[in-house]
Amino acid sequence: MNQAKVPVWVSIALIPFINVMLAFFVSALVILALGEDPIEAAGYLIYGAFGYEEGIGYTLYYATNLIFTGLAVSVAFKAGLFNIGGEGQAYIGGLGVGLVCLWFDSSLPLMVIAPLAIIGGALFGAAWAYIPAYLQARRGSHVVITTIMFNFIASSLMVYLLVNWLKQDGRMSPNSRTFEESAWLPYMHELLAPFGIELSESPLNASFLWALICCVFVWGLIWHTRWGYQLRTLGTNATAAVYAGIDNSKVTIWVMLISGGLAGFVGLNEIMGVNHSLLLNFTAGYGFAGIAVSLMGRNHPVGIIVAAILFGALYQGGSELAFEIPTITPEIVVVIQGLVILFSGALENMLKDRIEGFFIRKSVA
Amino acid sequence: MKGAFLVTATALAISVSSAHAADVKPAVVYDQAGKFDKSFNEGVYNGIVKFTKDSGIQVREFEPKNEAQTEQGLRRLAKRGHSPIVAVGFSMASALERVAKDFPDLQFTIIDMVVDLPNVQSIVFKEHEGSFLVGALAAMKSETAKVGFVGGMDIPLIRRFSCGYEQGAKYVTSDATVFENMTGSTPSAFNDPTKGAELAKSQFSQGVDVIFAAAGGTGIGVYQAAKDEGKFAIGVDSNQNHLQPGTMLTSMVKRVDLAAYNTYDQAVKGTWAPGLTVLGLAEGGVDWALDDNNASLVDVDMKAKIEAIRADIVSGKVSVHDYMSDNACNI
Repeated sequence: MNQAKVPVWVSIALIPFINVMLAFFVSALVILALGEDPIEAAGYLIYGAFGYEEGIGYTLYYATNLIFTGLAVSVAFKAGLFNIGGEGQAYIGGLGVGLVCLWFDSSLPLMVIAPLAIIGGALFGAAWAYIPAYLQARRGSHVVITTIMFNFIASSLMVYLLVNWLKQDGRMSPNSRTFEESAWLPYMHELLAPFGIELSESPLNASFLWALICCVFVWGLIWHTRWGYQLRTLGTNATAAVYAGIDNSKVTIWVMLISGGLAGFVGLNEIMGVNHSLLLNFTAGYGFAGIAVSLMGRNHPVGIIVAAILFGALYQGGSELAFEIPTITPEIVVVIQGLVILFSGALENMLKDRIEGFFIRKSVA
Repeated sequence: MKGAFLVTATALAISVSSAHAADVKPAVVYDQAGKFDKSFNEGVYNGIVKFTKDSGIQVREFEPKNEAQTEQGLRRLAKRGHSPIVAVGFSMASALERVAKDFPDLQFTIIDMVVDLPNVQSIVFKEHEGSFLVGALAAMKSETAKVGFVGGMDIPLIRRFSCGYEQGAKYVTSDATVFENMTGSTPSAFNDPTKGAELAKSQFSQGVDVIFAAAGGTGIGVYQAAKDEGKFAIGVDSNQNHLQPGTMLTSMVKRVDLAAYNTYDQAVKGTWAPGLTVLGLAEGGVDWALDDNNASLVDVDMKAKIEAIRADIVSGKVSVHDYMSDNACNI
């Protein structure tokens, strides 16, 4: 098979699209089996995700988290490392963001706190990835195992800190105090109001812009620096990388630090942007969903943005769907998300050869 | 897709026009453990089923899957004019606080947490009192003077159960040993029967013969392990005596069903009022469960003793320390 003869748009757009449509088709069968109308359900899902401003806001808000974790997974993946620890790194990154806010919210303005929080989130997330990275690079402990284990350590640590140290006195729930408003990231509807753009209220906030900046940063880093070249060489052929004089251990550690730092930015959106206090379980599985986003987005920032928006739409539209049709429980929405992951991730190559073969024959004829 | 939008638009139009059909449009938002957890949320659900049966009014339900959806769900119910809206669980406090402020004309009730706003009714339970009773019963039943506790997450609410339980056990047997384990540090700790069974087995192997599980769905595994080993277990929140008859010594019932039912009932009658309601033993908010399923396990003497302790707590003769009053459990 000559890859060059397959038009680019077929492999990067058509095949993923067909896979997603297949997933929706199977979902429709599930919904039919429940005795509901799949067309009506699809209507609610699409309307909920894109049909009105607030819905779009929520979709992009979920997408923000998924862009961060998707980028985190893809940077590591490009270097041949499978970082499953996005969940824990996001959790600890959030701790970094939260601590910065709690320390400085009454003394500094937002313009100073925001960069400090970005640094805090990145440092804490990176620190959490450092130990698995070190163990992989110098001791050969596989990063998949150690990062998974670190997710559990992260959640235990957070419970310990929130219950015993950061909890507000006299309150039942293990939350820190609410930050002063100077440590709140501005919402999108507040940001755009001075420019005459009126948006309805949603949790979408300035961290979305930061997510887009991170996409550009990752793109530049991986494809346009010497260092990104080392990273890709390591991912493609570790032995060749050594032969080319690349210090694999060093690259492994740096890649994981960047990966962890990116995951840590979830805290910006959740802690500083929306909840305005440190709380338990704000990561809500975004770290794991990031793996699917990264796979679907072909480990490319543009693909990740598209995949993140698709998953954000499934989160938001799915919640709308469960809300409107009570027989479709949240579990069914998880089934739909699972089918999308199954068809566009695991079964990605099922139709690939046939579709590509079709285009190759066409170009020959 | 155009058809789909039309369907949606029509559906929305219908739901808006029916907004004025009834005065009371009750709704509920469960916590992330889900509606059928055989425990806390299901208690609320049972109260709702009873209310719908008695009044013929349907209650709108929503099960959020993460923090953001909690607030979103509350806000959406509020926008459609649902009232009263019951928020189930302590984790909803901050979301409810924000939503209730934006909709001052609607009525909100939160269970297990206090939100101090003029349109919010807060219902909290004295879990320590109920736990004290079942702790006392556990110590009476135990032949080894060793009793166990399996909690969900290590959060203050669960420590309050544990602290009351320990006090109750030591009230009866002053040198009783209380083994305590928490299941985990994520919300799945409330829905992990496998781990519950493992913790229970480990406690049994150390000589424990009665275990109280305050861990939602995780308890199912604890009860199974108790049955397998021929030991005893104590249920929580709902009356769980029927789950393993002959093994379930009792259940520490927390009448969340009553809390939900009363909220809706008061709204229908127009007697709903904001403020703080504390339900303890005296108010029938918490209690121990005795029914056909465990009658053979509790003899007359034990029953009399427990009823005596119960009366002493109600009258104030025995005071049970509340973990949350000082974040410590010094007995």
